[in-house]
Amino acid sequence: MNSITMVNLSYLLAAVLFIAGLKGLGHPKTAVRGNLMGAVGMLLAILTTLISAEILSLPLILAGLLIGSIIGTVLALSIKMTAMPQLVGLFNGFGGLASAMVAGAVVFQTSLTLTELAAGRPGLQFLIATAASGLIGSVTFIGSLIAFGKLQGIVTEKPVRYKGEQVVKSLVFLSGIALAVLLIRNPEQVELYGYLAAAGILLGILLVMPIGGADMPIVIALLNSYSGIAAAATGFVLSNNILIIAGSLVGASGIILTNIMCKAMNRSLANVLFGGVGAVPEGPAEGDIYAGKIKQTAAEEVAMILKSAQRVVFVPGYGMAVARAQTPVRQMSELLEAEGKEVEFGIHPVAGRMPGHMNVLLAEENISYEKLREMDQINPSFPQTDVTIVIGANDVVNPRAREASDSPIAGMPILNVDQSKTVIIIKRSLSPGFAGIPNPLFAADNTLMYFGDGKKAMEDLVSAYKET
Amino acid sequence: MGDATAFVQILTIFVLAIFVGFEVITKVPPILHTPLMSGSNAISGITVIGAILAVGSGEHNLTVILGFVALVAATINVVGGFLVTHRMLRKFQRKEQ
Repeated sequence: MNSITMVNLSYLLAAVLFIAGLKGLGHPKTAVRGNLMGAVGMLLAILTTLISAEILSLPLILAGLLIGSIIGTVLALSIKMTAMPQLVGLFNGFGGLASAMVAGAVVFQTSLTLTELAAGRPGLQFLIATAASGLIGSVTFIGSLIAFGKLQGIVTEKPVRYKGEQVVKSLVFLSGIALAVLLIRNPEQVELYGYLAAAGILLGILLVMPIGGADMPIVIALLNSYSGIAAAATGFVLSNNILIIAGSLVGASGIILTNIMCKAMNRSLANVLFGGVGAVPEGPAEGDIYAGKIKQTAAEEVAMILKSAQRVVFVPGYGMAVARAQTPVRQMSELLEAEGKEVEFGIHPVAGRMPGHMNVLLAEENISYEKLREMDQINPSFPQTDVTIVIGANDVVNPRAREASDSPIAGMPILNVDQSKTVIIIKRSLSPGFAGIPNPLFAADNTLMYFGDGKKAMEDLVSAYKET
Repeated sequence: MGDATAFVQILTIFVLAIFVGFEVITKVPPILHTPLMSGSNAISGITVIGAILAVGSGEHNLTVILGFVALVAATINVVGGFLVTHRMLRKFQRKEQ
């Protein structure tokens, strides 16, 4: 067997490890092993490349691998679990950057041989893939950085919208395509690749800036998909199987997640990217809904209600993450369980700022994943639930999504917490959620508002419960 | 082998891999969506291979510089991604025992 065959067999093994690894991520029991299999596959692919390729500058490559490993390790180990969405966004951006840079390096290298040796023109596949890699890679890079900034609070979480936004985006997109065509026709003009990447950067900024905080799960999933597609495009540039396979696996995964998130909001992807939540909220004004109907409560009263409850459900939202209230939530659930009460957590697919955000926070608190219920599992059980505690969630429990067809969240599947006997809402104020509309649940007969900071409110509740 | 034949061959791999991806990932439950994202994110750092080839083959400075930046970025993506996924997944597993 010659070395090329060996390399390809080794890449094939790596690809099998990636696929088996992703399959392993399908269940909590096998997920750790699945992730390790992916890592082994990656190591195998890297070692194969190092050994087989004609490497002129091995020390430089080892230095690069070392620097990247140190930075990656420090970031991965030092970050708090609450900052996970930002970190995933950031890593994603690095992936996009790498794809755009590799395509750039290759196109430059090729242009040298073109001018010096007057060699034949590179193939169409190579050129189209290079252009795609440059454009998608740079969109992924800057888009992820902006998503990171928004989640970290460096860039405003509010949607940045302006008149003629769609026209501007379309023009930048079209100029990106035009530059790509120019590059494909004139591959010896390397500066065209630079302009193309610049157009991608501009497009990435224009695409992500208008997207608001609550739509972040969709954007992060979409950018995840882009980073895979960019890697696959780089694979077409290099005619490299493993890049194509790994890239398209990730591309597919990101698209599925994006789709799930969109369904959970009852919105199309086009609507998230180009439409606008919070355009003009119609419907009854806050005053009409809330006036005279809000019942306020305090820790002692909630503690007493909980004492006599048999079944309690917690519904966490992004507010719980912001207030870092998950620890007292866990303590409360343990107290309740110690007295033989049934406790579960109802988790909306888009609660938080990335897919599965709430699950990570609660798992970090050592809450068994068997108690974390998906929307479809928990919804039928609300009529049999004595107390539902909503902490830091708003739009995902707003009954108007079921009833009014004119509201911005119409048709969005929600957690039917209003069907439980008592609903406790822990919230700072009556201010609306991301959708910008009032929530009739707050004024419902069976709802009690427990105003306060999520963490403080839960801590007070825990101590009140212990004293009751 | 002609250019077109080679292209169709890798296009086949591409299309089949997408289908495999769809099949495997549709089965992942929502509670694991975050680790799935960070884990698949790490896999997308496969560009590190391309970066190694670029740095390794580059005779010209600009190729090496671009490749080196790509190499560092992709390695951060790979190492950080797998590690952070491992950190998260251990939390999911621990309660089990």
